[in-house]
Amino acid sequence: MDMSAAPTPGRLIGPALRLGAATPAGRYGATLTLVLLMPLIVLFSIGFLYPIARLVIMSFGDAAADLEQYRRIFTTSLYLGVLSRTISTAAIVTLLSLMFGYPVALAMSKARGRLALVIAAAVLVPLWTSVLVRSYAWIVLLQRSGLVNAFLVESGFIAAPLKLLYTDGAVILAMTHVLMPFMILPIANALRSISPDYALAARSLGAGSLATFLRVVLPLSLPGVFAGCVMCFILAIGFYITPALVGGPEAMTMATLIAQQTMVVLDWPFAAALSTVLLLVTLLVVLAFRRALSISKGINSVA
Amino acid sequence: MPTLLIVPMSLNATAYIELPPRGLTLRWYLDYLADPDWRAATVFSLKIAFSTAVAATATGTLASLAIVRGSLPGRNALKALAMAPMIVPHVVFGVALYLVFSPIGLTGNFTGFLIAHCVLSIPYVVITVSAALERFDPALERAALSCGASRTQAFFSVVLPNIAPAVAVAAVFAFLASFDEATVAFFISDTGGKTISRKMFEDIDFNLTPVIAAVSTLMVAISLLLMGSVELLKGRREE
Repeated sequence: MDMSAAPTPGRLIGPALRLGAATPAGRYGATLTLVLLMPLIVLFSIGFLYPIARLVIMSFGDAAADLEQYRRIFTTSLYLGVLSRTISTAAIVTLLSLMFGYPVALAMSKARGRLALVIAAAVLVPLWTSVLVRSYAWIVLLQRSGLVNAFLVESGFIAAPLKLLYTDGAVILAMTHVLMPFMILPIANALRSISPDYALAARSLGAGSLATFLRVVLPLSLPGVFAGCVMCFILAIGFYITPALVGGPEAMTMATLIAQQTMVVLDWPFAAALSTVLLLVTLLVVLAFRRALSISKGINSVA
Repeated sequence: MPTLLIVPMSLNATAYIELPPRGLTLRWYLDYLADPDWRAATVFSLKIAFSTAVAATATGTLASLAIVRGSLPGRNALKALAMAPMIVPHVVFGVALYLVFSPIGLTGNFTGFLIAHCVLSIPYVVITVSAALERFDPALERAALSCGASRTQAFFSVVLPNIAPAVAVAAVFAFLASFDEATVAFFISDTGGKTISRKMFEDIDFNLTPVIAAVSTLMVAISLLLMGSVELLKGRREE
């Protein structure tokens, strides 16, 4: 082995080396890097980029840049309605997740010991439970003979069972429940990274606990809030399972409309155009808030 | 928390779903076990999830090494590409796969599912393994190299043992991401092969019986078991 290539001991303890950023010795060469990346590149080309590219191309029809399908989406009030309903539902779900999620994140970042474990379990276990199972639980709760109706009738609030399932409200409720972990985790991460000294400093300068929260803790946690909101919103606009099972047939979202066009109506060029629009909206949101996502590592905190 | 409701429901004695249950029974679990359709879907799902865990973890770990330690330009672009399957709406991905897979017979097929679920699981693997690699001090690897170890030796005797818990966690995530995946499975399943998620989706839509509650309970139990093992692995990592 060629020892002359090894770094001198004196350099090993340098701070730059510990960061590992500036030293070629700690890095793999270009060839090795490419070899390591090969499986991913091959897999993503065949199984991800190519299919999506095919779908996008299909939306333009046979002639180059045929915008017929897009004209149909943006001039038919039915489809415009679906698009705006999808976006407004996602916005409401995001807002509700924030309202209910922030206090949980705050508790999660403050709790210690056994309580911390309980809260973490309450957030993480649903995250890794099938969306199907969680949607199904809501069907059981909300159906005509379900627990919620039984309770309301028994306690005399209402005379006859209400229609709760297959409504917009049910979709919003179930989606908020399903997506809340994606809001809680980035916020809890941001809150945990705030040094408690800041709050102590504010208190010692005479701020009450409410003022401390509003003027010190809340502003410092905003990157986490943004990251959580972006995650929630983009997942909500593309959500299929929950709206398909809990929502009514007349209240379609982009995702259920795409599924209907491909599986029932078999109008592929139109489904392709709808998919492209959904994809574009998602990418625009991600690009617009890219900084918020990267600052608090919004996506990373989920795994 | 509403999820926990399914446990008493799956033990409910009457065929009609109601709470509180009138009596306890394991009938729905037996029904599930006796139904060849459910059995086939379960075996199919487990096979896919297990293979996905192996393949996605290997691919994702190699890619993480390249992303964290590699010397190619465009690291951020690479990272963004590896994360992209989390961002792209699953319904769009599912439709796109159906479009491409259907003419070549990859729908309802093990290979088709393996490709789809590997793509979906890789972001979780890359996040988990990259984080561990960034915590791992590269000076240790350099020390091994300067003591005469080859790149491969250094990797297997110094780097891999250090990131092994993270790799194991990544494999669990990949398994769960595949096993619980429902949207893409909805599009690329067919009568020849469907996952447990697709079978559940159909039954919830057309044939709501307590057997679904029993299957749900089993799925939650599997998730809990695997998440518990992740906690144990994380504990070991922090020691």
